[in-house]
Formats: sequence, structure tokens, C-alpha cells
Amino acid sequence: MRVRSPALAAGCALVAVIVAMALLTFFWTPYDPADTTGGRLEPPGAGHLLGTDRLGRDLLTQLMLGARVAVVASLGAVAVGGPLGPAVGVLAGLAARWLDDALAVVLDILLAFPTLLLAMLVVAAKQTSLAAAITAIGLAVSAVVARLTRVLVKRVLAQDYITAARTSGTSWPRIVTGHVLPNIWPTLAVNLALQAGLAALAEASLSYLGLGAPPPNASWGRMLKEAEATVLTSPVAVLAPGALLAMLVIGANLIAQGIREQADPTLRRSR
Amino acid sequence: MLEARGVHFAYRGGPEVLTDVSFPVVAGRGLGLVGESGAGKSTLVRLLLGLARPTAGQVLLDGEGLRGRERALRRAVQPVFQDPYSSLDPRQRVDRIVAEPLRSLGLLTSRDRRAESARRVAEALRWVGLPEEAASRYPHEFSGGQRQRIAIARAVVCGPRVLLADEPVSALDVVTKVSLIDLLAELRHSRGLTVVMVSHDLTVVASLCEETVVLEKGRVVERGATAAVLGAPGHPHTRRLVAGVPRLPGPPAQRTAEPPDSG
Amino acid sequence: MTLLDVRDLCVRAPDGRSLVSGLSFSMERGDRLGLIGESGAGKTLAALAVIGLLPRGMSASGSVLLDGEQVLGAPGRRLDRLRGRAAAVVFQEPLTALDPLKRVGALVAEPLRRRRRLRGRALRGAVLDALSEVRLPGPERLARAFPYELSGGQRQRVAIAMALACEPALLIADEPTAALDTTVQAEMLALLDGLVRSSGMGLLLIGHDLGVVAGVADGLLVLHEGRAVERGTAAEIVHAPAHPRTREVVAAARRLHGALDGLAR
Repeated sequence: MRVRSPALAAGCALVAVIVAMALLTFFWTPYDPADTTGGRLEPPGAGHLLGTDRLGRDLLTQLMLGARVAVVASLGAVAVGGPLGPAVGVLAGLAARWLDDALAVVLDILLAFPTLLLAMLVVAAKQTSLAAAITAIGLAVSAVVARLTRVLVKRVLAQDYITAARTSGTSWPRIVTGHVLPNIWPTLAVNLALQAGLAALAEASLSYLGLGAPPPNASWGRMLKEAEATVLTSPVAVLAPGALLAMLVIGANLIAQGIREQADPTLRRSR
Repeated sequence: MLEARGVHFAYRGGPEVLTDVSFPVVAGRGLGLVGESGAGKSTLVRLLLGLARPTAGQVLLDGEGLRGRERALRRAVQPVFQDPYSSLDPRQRVDRIVAEPLRSLGLLTSRDRRAESARRVAEALRWVGLPEEAASRYPHEFSGGQRQRIAIARAVVCGPRVLLADEPVSALDVVTKVSLIDLLAELRHSRGLTVVMVSHDLTVVASLCEETVVLEKGRVVERGATAAVLGAPGHPHTRRLVAGVPRLPGPPAQRTAEPPDSG
Repeated sequence: MTLLDVRDLCVRAPDGRSLVSGLSFSMERGDRLGLIGESGAGKTLAALAVIGLLPRGMSASGSVLLDGEQVLGAPGRRLDRLRGRAAAVVFQEPLTALDPLKRVGALVAEPLRRRRRLRGRALRGAVLDALSEVRLPGPERLARAFPYELSGGQRQRVAIAMALACEPALLIADEPTAALDTTVQAEMLALLDGLVRSSGMGLLLIGHDLGVVAGVADGLLVLHEGRAVERGTAAEIVHAPAHPRTREVVAAARRLHGALDGLAR
């Protein structure tokens, strides 16, 4: 499919920068992440493009490694929430009244917890690790997506073309794959793209609180935390991770908008 | 052919919406089911399509109950709905929409199913007066009347005997309405279809149906040949329905008999 | 003074498409004009433009003089005063037109308080009068009901009562019976007919059903694709339509009615 949406192109470009940065770290970083030979809190210059942190580590290196965690958190949350959310939502949408009600209550309870609190509980139950953080964020994403899916499924099921499919002799599984999913996936994809951006934000928040990926993983959230005290003397250490985080979230939002524009056949000529 | 026999229906925990409804659908005799909102017409449609079971009584196809005969029912009875915007999946092309009964009922038998499907879809589109290239388009590219033709093509593609049309022309303007009534009348003859038409619009029923069943609050209050039921209504409710149809004004000459204020 | 004078009204969509073009007509007090056309012909937009209620993004040009005041381009406050006093509207779907959280009595009281400055017992009396004027049974009980507790016909009567409470010089009714059953429609049209006749206000009736509109309106204006293609008395148009589109519509309506009337013989 030709990319005709400027939003999608811009979003992909923003996200691509971050993903490229994360991939690059597997082959090359300006300095060794553990290298503390630079002076402490050096300003940006020729030796260290963005300066150094208060341990004397190269900031650019830390940022690039942070991109890895951010991308992994985004993708991980979507990998958990992407299948789980719609599966639960479709089940609830199609299920008998009592099961639907039960699932709705469970989802509401999950949603009532702020993502961070949920994450803190999961992390507390296991221990701080990137996997635990991603599991927690993924669960929260699943609950949001499941509830959205349930509403969307019910809306589609009320349409006459579903009745027509039934009187055409189409079985329920084929109705779900042939009519329900194609009609709800654009909205779901939009929502998942948004959730991916929010997942990166959630991971940063967890790291900021010291509940995210533990060292030696570099995380933008923890970088923010560590640079907080010295924000006046070396603002780059705060601004740089903040800017990249914003880039990722905005990129995800633009992609979401782009998907919406591309997927709608009413905006698309058929030839 | 199709028959409702002593049908009662109530939604769970609700009051009865259909009470002792009986009528036969005779092959070749168009049947109009008329009544106001709340008369139970839509529920009756669901029962006749086998999408819900009567709480008492039976819907019969060729004299037998529907239980376990879903496939036979689907092949014999196909629906057309009121809202041409909700009855076609917006994400499927017309060829896929129209071919759905063929695929789902397993009616494609030749080696090359794709070609057979395309051929039968083209045929069905021709029956309803749509050009062949309509097959590769999406529903939103069509007007309300054309969409309703697509829905009719989907209904007739598998060669059913009964077309169960639920207010098929109510959402359309009068010119399109008449052209669709003509289409249905033509299909009756060319395809040997029996049309069962649910409508609140008596003029539509009068145009297309030989038999009429009048429903009021879930009960059949009058039933028989359309000419008798709507031409000389016996039940007060039918009389009210007929009297309520807005009439066209008389010719200008007649109006001069009234006080001259009509200018 | 002419009640409503529309000159060369054009309505454009946000993307510049022309939805109504070159529409002109005028109404005197007591006139009953029917605006008829298929869906998408621009009837409703024309009516909304007349009272300055076009959806956001749509633009209107030309001139609309309502009770002598220019509506197009008028500031919101002037329009607020004009609406209600000069013109009131009844829409197609009464359920969405009535605030679901207010009781019927409160809904009807609102325009009475604003327009006639009634308070207390006088207001309560006027509400009951307004409800019985539209022939709602048991107005006292009905005034305490919420809109969802009423039938479609009753809701539309409430909407009419609200519109009439403003004592407008012009009542605009946009497909007021399209959502109603045939028998209720007949009662509603008779009610509208009687109310307009007795109060001497103007009626702009919008519809797609020739039988409905021609039954109440004296004059008809036929819209097709945003343009007025024919105008005349209802009887003239039904019996001697001139424009090809009107002829099609009349022929179609005649066939449907003929099918039903033919049975009676």
C-alpha cells in the first residue's frame, strides 16, 4: 500500500531515528557505557558531543542505550497487550451475558489501578527487572485494549451485515475473522500505536522511581532522575532524554493518526 | 412453504411481544406484514430467519420445524434489511459481499471456485441492474438505492425461494423506492421468488403483495388478500392504518369549490 | 412586512462544494410553504441557514431577512433574540431534540420564562396550557415525566409545544413526522395544521414525502441538488409538474398511492 499520509511518514521517521539509535548500540557506541574516564558533568564539546554525567560517563552513549530500553518496553508492551487485549475483548463481546459481565468487572478493576501502581505491584511481587516492568505495562495495556475491543465488537455485532452473514450461513469463527476483526482492527491499531508510546513513557516513569530496568541498563527515566539535581549546571542531561522520550511518544501518536487515515476505505478510492 | 403456526415470543424476562401469530407464506403469493412500531414486526423477522426461537409455537419450512435444518432454511429464505448503510460490510468489496452466501453455504462446486464465484456474482449483479464493474468497488461508493440493490443481489445469488425484506425501501426517496419495487416485482417473475415484505408503508405493500397480514401489539388482527384487507378493511386498526396514509391533494379544479384562500 | 425573504441563498461545504445555490423565496405571515426534495437536496441546510444554525464550517452567502432582520453574518446575540421570537424549529427526531435530563414541564417552562417572563403560578399554568394546546392527555402527569418515558408522538408534541411557547411568527418544521407511525403522523399533521391556522403564524414545512407536505402546505418549492427547480401551489405541482425531476417524483408518488387507492374500488 502506498504511504499517502504525511502523519504516518513523519511518525515513522521520528520512531525510525530512535529505533536506528537503539540498533546502532549493538555495533557501536561513542564510548564504552562503563567508561568513566571523562570529567564529571562536562559540557557538550568535541570529546563528548553531549557532555558527561556526574559519574563521568558519556551522555550520548547513555542516551543511545536508553533508546534500546525504550524501544524494547514499547514493543514488549504491545507484544503482550496486542494479542491479549483483543482476545479478551472479542471473547467478552461474543460471550453469554454472565461471562461478559464478569470480564467487564475484571477489566474495570484492572483499569481502576493506575498503570504505575499496577507496575509497582508486579515489580514488588517479582523483583526489579526489565521483564517485570514490561509484563506490568503489558497487562495495563491489555486491559485498556480489551475494554475498547469489547465495545467495538458489540457495535459491529449490532450491524445488519452481521445478521446478513449469519443468514448466509457463515459460522461464528468466520464472522469474527471475516467481518468483526477487519472492521475493528484500524481502531485497535490506532490504539495500540498510542499505547506503545505510552508504554515507553510508563517505563521511563518506573525507571525514574527506581522500579524499571535496573543498572547496568541505561534508561531515559533514570537518566532524568540522576540529572535532576544538576539541572541548572548541565541542562543537557535533562533535556536530551526528555526530548527523545517526547519524540518517541509523538512519533507513536503520528503513526496512530496515519493508520487511521490509511485504513479507512471511505477515504480511499478503490482503484 | 414457510409458515408461522401459533407463534409466541417474549424476550427473556420481558412481556410477550408476539402472541399466537399464524400465517402461511404461499409460493408465488407476495405477503405483506404490516403494523406500527412495537407491533412485533422485527421480532417476527428474526423468528422467520431462524435467528431466534419462538417461546411457543413453531416456524415451519415445507411443513417441518426448523430445528437442525438451518442450512435448508438459509438456502430457502434470504433477507434484505432496511438500512442500506448498515447491511453491507464497509470493508469488503461488493464481489465478496455478494459471494458470501455461496461461500458459507458451500455452494461453489466446480474445480475453479474463484471463477465460479465471479461468474455467479456478475450474474446476480446483472439481475439487480448493476454494472459488472460494481463488483470491484466498496459499498461507500454507491448511493442508498444502489446499496439496496447490492443487498438484494447477495440475497438472490444462492437462488432462494423466499426473499424476506424488512422495510427494504423505507429509507429511500420516492423515485428510488418505486424503482426498487419494480426490481422486486421483476425478480419475483424472473427468479420465481416469493417476496415477504415487512413494512409500515401500506402503499408499498399494496404495490407488491397479494396477501397481507396486519399486526397490532404482537397479534394478528386481520389477514387475507391485500385487496380485501387494505381495500375494505374490517378491523378498526387496519382502518386507522389505511386512513392515516397521507393523500395527494385533489386537482386544482376541485379546490375552487373551497373558500378561495388557497393561493 | 415580509416575514421571511430569502434572496440568492448559497450554502457551501467546508471543502467548497456547493450544497444550496441561488435559492430565493419569500413568505408572508400565515403562509404555509412546503420545501420538498430527496435526501441530500439541501432542504435541511436551507432551513438551518434561515435561522443561522448552519453546522460549523459551512458558509452561507446571499441574503436572509427574517422579520426584517438580516440573519446571515449576524452576531450570535442578535440571532438568539431573533430565534424564538421570529422563528422556532421542530426537528425530525424528537428524542435527540429534547434534553433527556429535564422533565417535560421544565423543558416547556424554559421558553415561556425567557420569552413571556412568566414566573411561579402563572408559569405553571402556562406550561399546562401549552401541553394541552398540543392535545397531550393528562398534562399535569406528563409535565412530571422525562422525555424517554413518552412515545415518539408525545415527544414530538412536546417539541411543538416548546416551539409554540415562544409564540414565533414562523414555525419551521423539518420532517416533523418522518420518525412517527402513519396513524400518529396523520394526527400530528392535523394538529400542526390546526395550530398554524388558529395562530396565524407562518409554516415552513420540510419533507421528502409529497403526500405529507402537499397535504399541509399551500405552496411548494421543489429542491433538487441544491437548486429550486419548481415552485407553485401544491395542487398545481401535483397535477401539472413542469420540471423533469418533479414529474418523476410526482409519477412515483402517484403510482404508490394509486396502488393503494386502486384496491378500494
